[in-house]
Amino acid sequence: MGKSLVAATLALTLAKKGYNVGLFDLDFTSPSTHIILGIEGVKPKEEKGIVPPIVHGIKYMSIIYYSGEYVSPLRGADVSNALIELLSITRWERLDFLVMDMPPGIGDATLDLIRLIRNIEFLIVTTPAQLAFETVRKLVSLLKELKIPVIGVVENMRMNNSKTIQQQTMKLSVEFLEEIPYDPKVEEAIGNTNKLLGTTFAKKVQQIASKI
Amino acid sequence: MHEWALAEAVIAAASEIAEKERLKEVKEVKIKVGELQQIELNILKFALSQLKPAKFKDAKFSIEVARAELKCRVCGQKWVFRKEKLDESTAEAIHFVPEIAHAYIKCPKCGSPDFEILEGRGVWLESIKGVKQGDG
Repeated sequence: MGKSLVAATLALTLAKKGYNVGLFDLDFTSPSTHIILGIEGVKPKEEKGIVPPIVHGIKYMSIIYYSGEYVSPLRGADVSNALIELLSITRWERLDFLVMDMPPGIGDATLDLIRLIRNIEFLIVTTPAQLAFETVRKLVSLLKELKIPVIGVVENMRMNNSKTIQQQTMKLSVEFLEEIPYDPKVEEAIGNTNKLLGTTFAKKVQQIASKI
Repeated sequence: MHEWALAEAVIAAASEIAEKERLKEVKEVKIKVGELQQIELNILKFALSQLKPAKFKDAKFSIEVARAELKCRVCGQKWVFRKEKLDESTAEAIHFVPEIAHAYIKCPKCGSPDFEILEGRGVWLESIKGVKQGDG
């Protein structure tokens, strides 16, 4: 929970720090980072491929440019094909960071990125829920087996002071990066990057940015 | 135009095959493009002629368009994609990401967006002919 918020705020924070940052929303069936960042009315430029527009200092790419407000019901193979298509034709040029907001779970998009992107590293976002952490456990196990680096785990939407997720993360020999308390102010800041950057949530994401 | 990006990918894939097959010179490359993506053939041809490396100097690039056939997963209906039925911005969206067709096209019989693209998606290499290293 909160992957898109963490991804969008992280990209925003890194861009504010002066890095060359791209943000690629890979949640093709339910993209949301454009809503979080209040992005509308922009389109990629066609120039020997497609050049993503720069919004809030971020090179921003999403399927939303093509699907608009329509629902795009895609099966796994379609997700793979669309992903490969967009990766092949998007011209990111030189970037310090490409933040990719993933769909939930361990499905086609995750497997394709592991297969296709060199130097990929995973930042895992979870909630305090035991059931959510079960997915983290499985994902970490897969990534370790494939020797893919894990930057760390972020615990989002904390409602109390329990250290369970932190302890369980450490048991997996993965860094516990940050705990983010549930911040009701975020809801009011959706679509407004200045407001968003002023939230406690964003302050925590800034601490994550300083660790990667 | 993103035909250039596709041409780059075609050249990269063809070069890889030429290398693997130990071709010292490539004479002919047959390419098929699916109708769904509505590739501008003239631009693709021009991009190929500009991007081709030395080994492809005398290569003839032939491009054939394959019609896009769709099949509904719910009722089994098969139909052929018709660009003329789409407005310009929808056609452009499908041009860039063919899977976006699922957002705009529905089965003509039952109205479901759950269809498969049987053929006519993307760009693929049909065949490559050339002279092997060591030959004449």
